[in-house]
Amino acid sequence: MDQTIFVLLAQDGVTNGAIYTLLALALVMVFAVTRIILIPQGEFLAYGGLTMATLEAGSLPGTLWVLLGAGAVAFAMDLATARGGGRRLPGRSLARSAAWNLGYPLALAALLTQLPLAGLPLAAKALLALALVVPLGPMMYRIAFQPVAEAPVLVLLIVAVAVHLAMVGVGLLVFGPEGSRTTPFSDAQFEVGAMQVGGHTLAVIGASLALIVALYLFFDRTLYGKALRATAVNRNGARLMGISPALAGRLTFLLAAFVGALSGLLFAPMTTVYYDSGFLVGLKGFVAAIIGGLGSYPLAAAGAVMVGLLESFSSFWTSAFKDVLVFTLIIPVLLWRSLASHHVEEEE
Amino acid sequence: MTIRSYMAARDREWPGGRWVMAAFLAALAAAPLVLPEFHVTLLNYIGLSALVALGLVLLTGVGGLTSFGQAAFVGLGAYTSAVLTTTYGQSPWLALGVGLVLTLAVAVVLGSVTLRLSGHYLPLGTMAWGISLYFLFGNLEFLGGHSGISSVPPVTLLDFALTDSRHYYYLVWAFVLIALFTTRNLLDSREGRAIRALKGGMVMAEAMGVDTSRARMVIFVLAALQACAAGWLYAHLQRFVNPTPFGLNTGIEYLFMAVVGGAGQVWGALVGAGVITILKQWLQDVLPRLLGSAGNFEIIVFGAMMVLVLHHARDGLWPLLARLVPLRSQPRRIDPTAEPLPRKPRPPHGEVILEARRVTRSFGGLVANKNMDLSVRAGEILALIGPNGAGKSTMFNQLSGVDDPTSGEILFRGRSIAGLGPHRVAAMGISRTFQHVRLLPRMSVLENVAIGAHLRGHKGVLPAAWRLDRAEEARLLREAAVQLERVGLHGLMDEEAGSLALGQQRILEIARALCADPCLLLLDEPAAGLRLKEKQALAELLNRLRAEGMAVLLVEHDMDFVMGLVDRVVVMEFGEKIAEGLPEEVQRNPAVLEAYLGGV
Amino acid sequence: MGSNLLDVKGLSVAYGKVEAVSKLDLSVPHGSIVTVIGPNGAGKTTTLSAIIGLLPSTGRIVFDGADDRPDVEAMVARGMTLVPEKRELFGSMSIEDNLLLGAFQRCRAGHRDHATTLADVYALFPRLKERRAQAAGTLSGGERQMLAVGRALMAKPKLLMLDEPSLGLAPLIVREIFRIIAELRRRGVSILLVEQNARAALQVADHAYVLENGAVKMQGEAQAIAADPRIVESYLGLASKHQERLAG
Repeated sequence: MDQTIFVLLAQDGVTNGAIYTLLALALVMVFAVTRIILIPQGEFLAYGGLTMATLEAGSLPGTLWVLLGAGAVAFAMDLATARGGGRRLPGRSLARSAAWNLGYPLALAALLTQLPLAGLPLAAKALLALALVVPLGPMMYRIAFQPVAEAPVLVLLIVAVAVHLAMVGVGLLVFGPEGSRTTPFSDAQFEVGAMQVGGHTLAVIGASLALIVALYLFFDRTLYGKALRATAVNRNGARLMGISPALAGRLTFLLAAFVGALSGLLFAPMTTVYYDSGFLVGLKGFVAAIIGGLGSYPLAAAGAVMVGLLESFSSFWTSAFKDVLVFTLIIPVLLWRSLASHHVEEEE
Repeated sequence: MTIRSYMAARDREWPGGRWVMAAFLAALAAAPLVLPEFHVTLLNYIGLSALVALGLVLLTGVGGLTSFGQAAFVGLGAYTSAVLTTTYGQSPWLALGVGLVLTLAVAVVLGSVTLRLSGHYLPLGTMAWGISLYFLFGNLEFLGGHSGISSVPPVTLLDFALTDSRHYYYLVWAFVLIALFTTRNLLDSREGRAIRALKGGMVMAEAMGVDTSRARMVIFVLAALQACAAGWLYAHLQRFVNPTPFGLNTGIEYLFMAVVGGAGQVWGALVGAGVITILKQWLQDVLPRLLGSAGNFEIIVFGAMMVLVLHHARDGLWPLLARLVPLRSQPRRIDPTAEPLPRKPRPPHGEVILEARRVTRSFGGLVANKNMDLSVRAGEILALIGPNGAGKSTMFNQLSGVDDPTSGEILFRGRSIAGLGPHRVAAMGISRTFQHVRLLPRMSVLENVAIGAHLRGHKGVLPAAWRLDRAEEARLLREAAVQLERVGLHGLMDEEAGSLALGQQRILEIARALCADPCLLLLDEPAAGLRLKEKQALAELLNRLRAEGMAVLLVEHDMDFVMGLVDRVVVMEFGEKIAEGLPEEVQRNPAVLEAYLGGV
Repeated sequence: MGSNLLDVKGLSVAYGKVEAVSKLDLSVPHGSIVTVIGPNGAGKTTTLSAIIGLLPSTGRIVFDGADDRPDVEAMVARGMTLVPEKRELFGSMSIEDNLLLGAFQRCRAGHRDHATTLADVYALFPRLKERRAQAAGTLSGGERQMLAVGRALMAKPKLLMLDEPSLGLAPLIVREIFRIIAELRRRGVSILLVEQNARAALQVADHAYVLENGAVKMQGEAQAIAADPRIVESYLGLASKHQERLAG
């Protein structure tokens, strides 16, 4: 392997690593706040990329139907809770639920049918794609997770796997079996010393860094960010401050969907995205998150870059085994984690 | 009522269960003779899935360990046999043996890496190696790559080749029934109780001397072996293998089968495998006709259904079905003639049993115990009291081996117990109860108590699976019954432990602790939540134990109870001993009054 | 009833089959300190958790004129806060963040006065101000208790419920905590105080309830209760009498 190839592979690894970092951070965040291992994180990525591709093709994305449907179900569940005695849901929160779950999707539908989709600038399409995919996050929390929010981690995990399956199926339904690749955000090529750097590569790395900084600021500076951290640190303490687990859950899923959909927009120009592509990409984010012990953001980020590099270099030497290598990487990591923890835990 | 007369009264058994079972077996045997080819094939696949799901019932439902990677073990079994019978021309039966040995090795390696991890790491780890093995199947040259291995020979039985699916049916279901039978036997044994304690009872099980890491490994390996056997059956049923059916999605499907069926019971595996296989077939048939053929609708329905099941029937379908079928669990029969278990020699009255010397325990900067000294002698009851937050629980944890002192030492009959861990401490002769009652609520009172006798039996998994442990099992259960009679709970031994009142549950814990034949009892707030009559009965029991030479240490808040019962009292505040002596002395001690009523 | 901020009628809480609190009546008049004392395991913590809605219970709870028993979050929004026995601080977050989160419901409702509230809390606990950037988990026991109380005050509560505020604290700090409790009442906060430290609690309170086995055993003016000899019996057990009963 000469230096050019080395640089190329490293660049590739870091770019993919940036995407895995975003996913890993979202996974760590969701787990910390809600104890849910968000297997469907990758689906947000696939939905984001494919929604963008449909918009580029100038047609109405099927995501809209998913949004309308999920919103209707979420609202129906809120309504049933409000009617069904037990904990009373005040009228105001029901109105808010109607606005978000019914009003917003309908408004977006009206907007989409009016706009000349094919002619829009790239940034506008990206915004529309986010507007379509991101609200699916809180809706997913409301429909699938909120009713079992207090269940053990393992039950939440199985629910997450079930949601993943359903979303892959829905993805096939609305996007079809063909894959798509979207236009890069930049075609420019830069010479940095002796190496060629693609504009999109820079866009991916730049956007990832910007998002990481934005997330940091959100968690460090804003009240809602602090509320999420508080929930992660001490759920009981947070409840006593009036931070409800449902609110924290919806907010976290909103962020996770945002991170996922944005990674999709960044990912889709690099490779062809299929309706079921999200899972494998998401799992690589997982490997990274596990390297960080599902608790440390910096370690997860480092793990993600490591996974990206490992993947890119192994694809050079032995492309058939690159996935085997990436997923086998987790075994020594787990071994190291198991040696670090040696007390009997009650699993409930 | 003595044990003997009590047993006689319960001897009448309800015969309904046998009839349901016989009807089920008859239907199973007759199925290929009457059903059309297609249905027989479907039943073959249900059998294969049930075999894998049964492993998951043991692993997930009973043991609380979730695995998404079982399909990889199925693949291991299928590929091993395919390669050995085609490339190397070996007999499928030999290949089955090799496959099982190979799977055992792989499972032990994977298990030793992942099983010690806490809850959610294990399923994630299983996903990772599940995918990893799947890609390996597809990329290894000698496994035929993605196109797989074809013309796998049929299984022959005494020179008769099982090529017809109606014949193969009997082979598949023989495997399923053997697995069902052995799994059920295993769960109903000494090892089985240890396995059932893994979910929600690990701390308790360790304190009763169960090596929980070993128990986890046992069920992990058993589940892998059953999956491997299913893979072998699959390879010789299809006569062809390729990587597709061994991917993660199939692994997820197997787990769903166990969950939908009811992961807690062996029959749940059968129900789950049946329901999901038929439903999948039906959905693949019906949905495209209803909705056009554009999508993979069944997985949407599948996912949604899973979410619904977990929202509304987390225990799966089997418990709902079981209510319709007239099946009742039979009360356990106890053999009053079983030979009593051997007992350890009693230490002489007055011997120092447990001694803490200058024990200090700090957590970070916080010192929870400081220079604590105390000792308990045979034939003595010592109370450890103090206001909330005084550090009694920390001290108790160290005395019972759950935690180790930062400095100082704890000696049991002269031997240090530091670093041994609870299950080895239990083996030395220390037995304990818990402040928050820890028992397995769905298990019978008798079985809960029998966990206490874990270390007094020796039969392992294989004898249990094949019912070669019955003599020992009878002795263990007899011991449990004797202890229940001793504490006065023998009338409730067939009840579910969770249905008992809190006071009775506390007494149950004492019976369980006594089952271990200890010479030191550690009781953590034994009188909390007990009514006056129950307290009196408990005091009487402890008095008797003391007279027999038992050393007892109890942490207690109920002063009425403590002061009237114990020989000596140690009072703690802020992690230190502030007073020690006879109950009357301690009650008049100004420092103690200050600690309890508060200074101003 | 009109003069009471909180009226609890017939409150029962069960853990499974065991009733931890049964048919308990309790009132907190506006601007007063009411204390609930009793030995360990009497059901004191359970009572507070049930009142704020952390535990399911039966019975009526009338707070500030409303008796619809909403969930915890809504109760907090209405002006009830609980400083739990375990403090439940956000250990890895700074002291100031902990305090700001105390005002979460007020900020959510649109009040923008948390800066002045924060200044008030800092004035009450100067030590917290000195260490405001430090992580809550690094504080000593007494400081943690102060932070927990300060955090609850950030919500500008009408009723402050304190669960064992002196638990595990050295006598000097206990005195400081009770000085602050008295000071808060002067500022018009009504307080429901659960304590094991009976002497200190009775000295600061107006009215007292003695809880034993989940039921009120005595109640009355705090001073009268303090003088009652049965208190000592209830806490330490009188040996001679019970010895005969248990041994026999």
